[in-house]
Amino acid sequence: MLHTETTKASKRASTGPKALVLRAAGTNCDGEAVEALERAGARPERIHIAELARHPERLEPAAIVLLPGGFSYGDYVAAGRLFGRELRQRLGDALEQHVDRGGFVLGICNGFQVLVELGLLEGLDAKGQRRGDDARTLALVDNASGRFECRWVHLRSEPSQCPFLVPGEIWPVPVAHGEGRLVVSSPERLEELRSRGQIALRYVTAEGGQPEYPELPNGSLEEIAGLCDPTGRVLGLMPHPERNQRPWHHPRWTRLGPREEGEGLALFRRLVHLAAQVR
Amino acid sequence: MSEKPAAPMSPTPAQKVRPATDLQLPRAWRVDVRRKDPALDSHGAALGQEAKELEIQGLTGLVAVRGTLLSPGYSRGDVERIARELLSDPVVDVYTIAAPGEAPTAPPKGAVRITVAPQPGVMDPVARSVAALLERAGPRPASGPVEVATFRAFEVQGQVPAAELQRLGRRLLANETIDTLRIGTDDLPFRAPAGGGKRGAVNVPLCELSDKELEQLSKSGQLSLNLVEMRAVQAHYRALRREPTAVELETLAQTWSEHCKHKVLTGQVDFRGQRIDNVLKSTIARATRELDRRDFCLSVFVDNAGVIALDEEWALGIKVETHNHPSAIDPYGGAGTGIGGVIRDILGVGLGAKPIANTDAFFVGPLDLAPGDVPKGSLHPRRVLRGVVAGVRDYGNRMGIPTVSGGLWFHRDYTANPLVYAGTLGLLPRQAVNKRVAPGDWIVAVGGRTGRDGIHGATFSSIELNEASETESSHAVQIGDPITEKGVLDCLLVARDRGLYRGVTDCGAGGFSSAVGEMGAECGAEVWLERVPLKYPGLSSHEVWISEAQERMVLAVPPENLDELLALFAAEEVEAVAIGRFTDTGRLVLRDGAANNAVESAGQLVGELDMHFLHEGTPRPLRSATWTTPDVPEAGVPTCKDVGPAVLAALAHPNVTSRAWILRQYDHEVQGGTVIKPLVGTRGDGPGDCAVLQPLPHSTRGAALGLGANPNQGRLDPYNMALASIDEALRGVVAVGGDPGQAALLDNFSWGNCDKPENLGALVLAAQACYDAAIAFRAPFVSGKDSLNNEYRVGDRTLSIPPTLLITALAIVPDVSRAVTMDLAKAGDGLFLVGETRAEFGGSVWLEHNGRALENGFRAPVPRPDLERAPKLFAALHGAIRAGLVRAVHDLSEGGLGVAVAESAFAGDLGAHIDLSRVPLAGVPDGVDRDTVALFSESTTRFLVEVAPEHAEAFQKALSGLPAARIGEVVSEPELRIDGARGKGLAKLTLDSLRQAHRGHFQG
Repeated sequence: MLHTETTKASKRASTGPKALVLRAAGTNCDGEAVEALERAGARPERIHIAELARHPERLEPAAIVLLPGGFSYGDYVAAGRLFGRELRQRLGDALEQHVDRGGFVLGICNGFQVLVELGLLEGLDAKGQRRGDDARTLALVDNASGRFECRWVHLRSEPSQCPFLVPGEIWPVPVAHGEGRLVVSSPERLEELRSRGQIALRYVTAEGGQPEYPELPNGSLEEIAGLCDPTGRVLGLMPHPERNQRPWHHPRWTRLGPREEGEGLALFRRLVHLAAQVR
Repeated sequence: MSEKPAAPMSPTPAQKVRPATDLQLPRAWRVDVRRKDPALDSHGAALGQEAKELEIQGLTGLVAVRGTLLSPGYSRGDVERIARELLSDPVVDVYTIAAPGEAPTAPPKGAVRITVAPQPGVMDPVARSVAALLERAGPRPASGPVEVATFRAFEVQGQVPAAELQRLGRRLLANETIDTLRIGTDDLPFRAPAGGGKRGAVNVPLCELSDKELEQLSKSGQLSLNLVEMRAVQAHYRALRREPTAVELETLAQTWSEHCKHKVLTGQVDFRGQRIDNVLKSTIARATRELDRRDFCLSVFVDNAGVIALDEEWALGIKVETHNHPSAIDPYGGAGTGIGGVIRDILGVGLGAKPIANTDAFFVGPLDLAPGDVPKGSLHPRRVLRGVVAGVRDYGNRMGIPTVSGGLWFHRDYTANPLVYAGTLGLLPRQAVNKRVAPGDWIVAVGGRTGRDGIHGATFSSIELNEASETESSHAVQIGDPITEKGVLDCLLVARDRGLYRGVTDCGAGGFSSAVGEMGAECGAEVWLERVPLKYPGLSSHEVWISEAQERMVLAVPPENLDELLALFAAEEVEAVAIGRFTDTGRLVLRDGAANNAVESAGQLVGELDMHFLHEGTPRPLRSATWTTPDVPEAGVPTCKDVGPAVLAALAHPNVTSRAWILRQYDHEVQGGTVIKPLVGTRGDGPGDCAVLQPLPHSTRGAALGLGANPNQGRLDPYNMALASIDEALRGVVAVGGDPGQAALLDNFSWGNCDKPENLGALVLAAQACYDAAIAFRAPFVSGKDSLNNEYRVGDRTLSIPPTLLITALAIVPDVSRAVTMDLAKAGDGLFLVGETRAEFGGSVWLEHNGRALENGFRAPVPRPDLERAPKLFAALHGAIRAGLVRAVHDLSEGGLGVAVAESAFAGDLGAHIDLSRVPLAGVPDGVDRDTVALFSESTTRFLVEVAPEHAEAFQKALSGLPAARIGEVVSEPELRIDGARGKGLAKLTLDSLRQAHRGHFQG
């Protein structure tokens, strides 16, 4: 057998919380997600959807489920559609139970799109029921530019239910997506998201001001970059915090002087810290 | 007045649009999905914008509709559910359903529906993914299999004349090479028609044919073999006293094709009184052999890619491919499958490498070409460029491989024959660099299924294009399916690390015939064609064998590992099938018959070839080569009188302007290893010299990828062009912190027809320059690929591309934390020009701007690196960068100092003040304006370097004995100020004006 472990960081954490990084054909940011979770002290494991569907009990020891970026099943039809649909069919209940047990779910980029398709961010409707397919109220559609956008932006963490974001913090992070423009079914539903503390992240200018394209890369409603569910334990965001973890990830690091790590890693550290207390 | 279609896509358009009486509605459920809110229809809006550019008469709007056809065996309830849950979005979409045979809802009043669907048999990755999900998760039809097809519909609003609708359909919405186009009718293809291909042995009478008949057979069978080669085949079979089978003949044609065999570069050439036995071996490969850097070069010229050492444990594999002809006909599919193919080369190098970066380079016609000047049968350069960018984007992004380096050049003579290069860099353990197939190993095919797509790709790429290429060669064009390839990647690397196979290669040109033929060349192989999984029935035996269907690889699996390997692939739903075994007979044996599960095939023998004849039997032609410098007057150096506008014009030159619109569509950061990005600076608009990757998270050792080419130099002086391109590629990697002492080179020649002595002479000279430069820089060539028949015939005129050599440099960056970028960083720093400037304007932006390029009938000296001094200069600058003595570095290339200083200034949002009279000049003839030379000469081996005052002395010491001078400083005022020998204040330009000029007009 060949020794090909590319990340020696894996040896760092043998006691941290367990994290499952879920893969399907076309998932492609699982490597950097594992790297970030390891740096933050978790014990990540990559698992293919087919494997997890055969063994849903493997969710039980996990404190974190991470849906990484990529183009699951090519993002054909619509981004995240096929994977979200498959997850709902094969693992929907198991994932809801994971959240009900106090577990965390982080969906990054395509993972956010999958969460939206899966309906895991919707929360309960007025009658206290989980919203089904017909009642889905959130959508991520083509960027206003009509194009895939790979560029760095600034985010502001908003006051929200999400416990691993620090409200008011402004931090740089890259985006790389073609369908990141949030649409909500009605103004009332948007108000509900606001009042339930689900609006977790917004695009802002470097100084925290009102962004315009390209600081707002996709034309998203109310500049929303990330949403959490009403418990705060499920977070989906379009930008890639795991692509701002090494000291040399920032696009202007050559101008910034020595750096210990990228600003995106703090999110993973706080997530792993909280997840360690789950059980 | 209605305009006639300027460039009909098909010579027989009348056959394509069927009369309404013949209308056949598909026997399938039809689902149409559109946006509720037209403001969210960005696809329709973007196409509407492009339609406006085409000046489609009467068009007022365009609505895009996504359509799907589903098995007739579904119930209405199932179709409702699929439409609601899978095909549409409840928040933003609405859908309509039409039952099998039922007409779909008519378009809104006043609108005409144009429908575009993939032709039957053309890869439809959307349909494949949807069908796979329905298979896995349901619902399934009550009767019959899950069948899915997709189409795109466009509702065209406004009073658009019929001829204009056709123009819109042909020029923008469909590519009839691969698409079915319907205007105003709703008949659509649903199933791939059953082909008439027969399985089994078919003898081709050959032994008794005359020379003329041999040539006819080669042409009618699309074998692309010349008479000498056909005679060699004939002699071989006469000796065997039998006729070849179709499978054998096809295998020989594929294996002997120029694409696979490089007959020109490896052939014999008479040039300037000398007999060169093998151009490749006596120049490029010879340099690598003589340099003998065994510590650094781990595998060269023998595998699918070159391999160099990254560190003690890890290696880097690199390959760059051309995919010119398919991209000319279908830019999107051609570029996508180009990148898909080179990724497979990396998956198939050694025991497989993980792809960690992609590169691309495009050479296309001018974007402002008048529609009437587009040769018949060709696409407008805008459409070509948009298509190839989208093709690389959609394949590279979906594969999760960052596209980090690129090049884009324009020249009139690429209009009919654009060039598309794609490259991939891979990471592999040094233990996995070598492979060895053993007799008894199973031949396992993994990945995509085999179809009729891509038949004769290898032979097609070796011929001249013509007006009919588009229709005659449509089967050579394909659409890629990156998600299938991603599945192969994921499983393959796990299987590699578990040691489950001992050989791997990709199915590229020639399909299984090349892949199995190459892997089994040393031992022998037997293949059972009935086991090959097919996309649809109806392929003949030889079609199965030579199909170039994408996303397939071949493994050599020891018998004891077969079950584990098959289970591993099955677990991730990637198809893997044993199709035969490697043997020790030295023969290639092909059988085909009824499918069975027996250990051995019971099929009929359909072909048997001697491996030695197959691989070594190619006749080696003797060609003659000549070269004469163009007999036109010297251009001289027109004096730059008004410096400001000249700098702005240089920034706006098509070969200089910003590539941001392309780079931002590529995910250049996926995998998290891109530590110097292709765009740099405060606003991310600075054109970086090249990207730097950090392949291993625990190590700061990195890799830099640089490109060099200049299509305006090749016809003037192919030798100097090659030297300059090598210098440029190396300059790029040195500029960011790459170690010139640990650099490898790749060559990609795209040339005109080399049966013409002048073209071949230019090729020999360029190859000789490759040898000289590689030796001088001690930079070995590790891989290369050529495309030597880039000509296009219109009527009786033959158009040839300029001789084009793309050089790729891969250098180790010893410590990525010491990497530098090109954006100015601090006011008060000194600006140094490193390297000597001479009056070298051949192929330059400045001469083109002045109407004195070769195309205008003038020649000029092509920049020539000083091979003695250049390596020393690279090493000295690298030392200064590693020592932390420099703040920013930008290499000087197209447009010279004027462009470089402007780019560095606006990228850093800082001004610059330079004095041209301090630029180190040499050999400027009397009467030539020295300021013009200093500002716009394109001499090689030069850098603009920003140095902090406290490091100035140490920097100068590091460069001692080499030409380097402080020519100015970084200033806080946002402007570029240029003084010169002629006087002060030759130009004063705001950063905004520089940025604006550099942005260019075309944004995709």
